[in-house]
Amino acid sequence: MTRTVAVVGASLAGLSAGRALREQGFDGRVLLIGDEVHAPYDRPPLSKGFLDGGSARDDLDLAREDDAALGFEWLLGQRAVALDPRGQSLRLADGREIRADGIVLATGARARRLPGLGPPGPGDRSGVHVLRTLDDAVALRSDLRPGRRLVVIGAGFIGAEVASTARGLGLDVTVVEALPVPLAGPLGPEMGRVCAALHADHGTRLLAGTGVAGLDGDGHVTGVRLLDGRSLPADVVLVGIGAQPNVEWLAGSGLDLSGGIATDARGAASIPGVVAAGDCAAPWSETAGRHVRFEHWTGALEQPSAAVAALLGADAAAAPGVPYFWSDQYGVRIQFAGTRGPDDKLRVVDGDVAARSFLAVYEREDVPVAVLGMNQSRLFARWRRQLRTAPAR
Amino acid sequence: MIPVCRVGDLPPGEAVRVDADPPVAVFNVDGEFYAIDDTCTHQDASLADGWLDGCSVECPLHASCFDLRTGKPSAPPAKKPVRTHRVSVADGVIVLWPGETPDGAA
Repeated sequence: MTRTVAVVGASLAGLSAGRALREQGFDGRVLLIGDEVHAPYDRPPLSKGFLDGGSARDDLDLAREDDAALGFEWLLGQRAVALDPRGQSLRLADGREIRADGIVLATGARARRLPGLGPPGPGDRSGVHVLRTLDDAVALRSDLRPGRRLVVIGAGFIGAEVASTARGLGLDVTVVEALPVPLAGPLGPEMGRVCAALHADHGTRLLAGTGVAGLDGDGHVTGVRLLDGRSLPADVVLVGIGAQPNVEWLAGSGLDLSGGIATDARGAASIPGVVAAGDCAAPWSETAGRHVRFEHWTGALEQPSAAVAALLGADAAAAPGVPYFWSDQYGVRIQFAGTRGPDDKLRVVDGDVAARSFLAVYEREDVPVAVLGMNQSRLFARWRRQLRTAPAR
Repeated sequence: MIPVCRVGDLPPGEAVRVDADPPVAVFNVDGEFYAIDDTCTHQDASLADGWLDGCSVECPLHASCFDLRTGKPSAPPAKKPVRTHRVSVADGVIVLWPGETPDGAA
């Protein structure tokens, strides 16, 4: 009898899982189930090249020509709503039951919304956006007109990239950040300040250390009220306050969902025949001593291979574990690899911070544990490689 | 044709970006020279800044790999090939022939 693997989620992690199944010799049915109607597309350009019109929809396609030969069965525009606790079947929103011998959970994450604003719907104020999906990007793009006033809530990477793109399109941009120093979590306060300075370099106002009390306007947004009493006029608002994993649909399955789908280091969940990968998964980290969920593009690309090996019972090692992300803002490329701790010592080993071109290394007991590059791709590639091959800490 | 640099200025394992239109990356793989379009076909990144492993270069941004001999992507996310170009050596100088097929290329 032909065996079936159902992959839930048809973005980068889901597609990579499908490819990994074939690469590792699985010749049964592979179902790729995605709640978006779109074929898999690349999300990073949504805040950059796609948002400013430089790249087109076709440029975002993740599928290659040779993927057609892999014989995937696509179920797009179909949302999975339940996983049976034995891991042998799924239920879709239209009531259909999908039986499977193996299941890959790759449902990703969704943009977090402002508390109190509720889920999107017909009652939403127009002009208020989040950015996660292609549809989000198309809607935001149509609102980014020269001369308009954009308020970005959240100075994380999505917020900073949208601010940068919007400045390039000729908008008046203000970024509001609750933390005193943006990006202090991933980069540390010192480098957070360096990145935040890019906003001022390019005429974007940054208001850090103040939260948002609410939005003004009936029908269409007219302003953002801050907790410190100030009020910012706005024609367009982008809410960029992070993402949360799409795991609520698994509530009845018995899986541990406290911080994403808890799995072992390779991606195997607590139900036999069920694995998870990408933004929805929280694999066990030996170095951290706990389950850790990353929302990194590279993880969605690389994790599925180990998860699929676990599913097929192959004796493969866990995925290489050096987190990596990048961000393009105001023509500056920021790249970061590794895991920073609060007590790590920061050392600029090359270039010049003031010139926005440098390489900084984070050291713990004199051993490099993370590296940050700004406009230093070549040097960064060498350091990242070195972190990957160094013994795990 | 564009003179790139002296042979001694591009040691094995190194790459140089040539400001052609579009830019080209020239690599030295154990004494053999290869040239491909410098810009990754996935997103804007310079392959001359990438990691060289045998006849394969890994993009510094997203780890797409390209075969220097054929230009074909061997690891995602890139799905389109880069163009390859002919390189020759004359009087100790590496010379790039943008748009010309490399010798012996399939």
